[in-house]
Amino acid sequence: MDCPIEVAEVALRPQLSKDSSAKETAFITPDSSFLHEVEELSGEKVSLCYQCKKCSSGCPVNFVMDYLPHVIMRMIQLGLKDRVLSSTTIWICASCETCTTRCPNEIDIAGVMDTLRRMALAQGSPVPLAVRDVPKFHLAFLNSIKAGGRVHEMSMLAGYMLKTNFWAKLRSEGLLRLGWEMFRHGKLKLLPHRMHRRGEIKELFKRVRK
Amino acid sequence: MKVSYYPGCSLLGTAKEYDQSTRAVCSTLGIELEELEDWNCCGATSAHSTDDFLSLALPARNLSLADEKGMDLIVPCAACFQRLKVAEKKLLEKPLPDFPYKGKAKVRHLLDLLSEEEVLKQIKEKIRKPLSGLRVACYYGCLVVRPPKITDAADYEDPQSMDKLMKLAGAQSVSWSYKTDCCGGSLVLTRPDVVRRLIRRLLDMALEAGAECLVTCCPMCQGNLDTRQRELSEETGKDYHVPIFYFTELLGLALDLPQADDWLKHHLVNPKSLLEAKGLSEVRGGGFR
Repeated sequence: MDCPIEVAEVALRPQLSKDSSAKETAFITPDSSFLHEVEELSGEKVSLCYQCKKCSSGCPVNFVMDYLPHVIMRMIQLGLKDRVLSSTTIWICASCETCTTRCPNEIDIAGVMDTLRRMALAQGSPVPLAVRDVPKFHLAFLNSIKAGGRVHEMSMLAGYMLKTNFWAKLRSEGLLRLGWEMFRHGKLKLLPHRMHRRGEIKELFKRVRK
Repeated sequence: MKVSYYPGCSLLGTAKEYDQSTRAVCSTLGIELEELEDWNCCGATSAHSTDDFLSLALPARNLSLADEKGMDLIVPCAACFQRLKVAEKKLLEKPLPDFPYKGKAKVRHLLDLLSEEEVLKQIKEKIRKPLSGLRVACYYGCLVVRPPKITDAADYEDPQSMDKLMKLAGAQSVSWSYKTDCCGGSLVLTRPDVVRRLIRRLLDMALEAGAECLVTCCPMCQGNLDTRQRELSEETGKDYHVPIFYFTELLGLALDLPQADDWLKHHLVNPKSLLEAKGLSEVRGGGFR
């Protein structure tokens, strides 16, 4: 039987704990439907997580996350679907698999992150500003595969930049200089090296669920 | 020995020197690499982040092609290796009708192939120019070892295979704790600030351990560490100039392969002064830019 429980907001948002006056609490009615959905799609028993924090301790990108990995696991258990699917965490996760490797309950946490990203895309969850380019990058990458069967770095990069803020990126991140340096050192291949039976790859893309 | 070879997309572009050095070293060691005919991209992070079906079907097509050949499939790219390995395990459990795979072609990382007893013996015999005095930090990155259930890596927190190869080649491999820490590979275009912070720690820790250069077995690791040092120097005020090698390049140098200069000229951090100081470069005159 689901009944409302009080969850300290500081436990969910670690950055709040730095401020001693933050004593916000949230009342949450646990809802297990999201948990079941994630477990079904990922094939992982998220309910086994007992908050040992090993995943969060070893995570190389924990410093840019809004919710640490163990908090995401807890939020899934509590049913906080929208907050999980619109978090920075799911898109900043670098898929390095350290959490998956170290989880004492053998939960494939990186695999769960994959599931969460796919769910977020499927339901059109908002992507936080800090990571708004990540899904655009994935799309440009997949478009490059779709076109040639193999990724051609130059055209993939061009596709990505068209989807994002092209000129601002060139200037602020020194990409122009880096691009020139890489070109000068023969690292950028101008023409794609496409595969022959590209139709087979296009067929696979047709079968992707929209 | 003959094996199937899957170079992967990076090795056609930014990591061309990894492909070239792999082919040259293998040929010198009597390993015949037969490139998998009409291979396709493994899908990488972008496929597994966005679509379940593509993340399996893209590598599955390659595995099916390799299975027809019946030889082990050797993969130099860590990311491709991991995606193909995931597909290998999944397909043996639950086959995909379009892409039959019986497991005759086993997916193996290049590092694993070159660490076979017989191959090590070959390398030992053929070393012409030991990398004496060169202090290297072996950097394995994430996906060659993790997760061990997929990669079958035994020593996933402190891998040794590259260290053994470097010692065999005459180099001194330093002991350090960041061998398998992430460089932020998949975020290189989207969050370069995060990547800079990660590679800064890797470079600092390798230097602190006494290394003069890093050795990698992954095109994303090499690319991130090699191409972002100038930005990092400007950001931190500390002058970073740490050569980042592929392990095949250093093996090639130790085997005294004449093509080595052609590989190294693609690096943004020029390794010439380091190699000259160790007496590893002057014989051929060097072709570095």
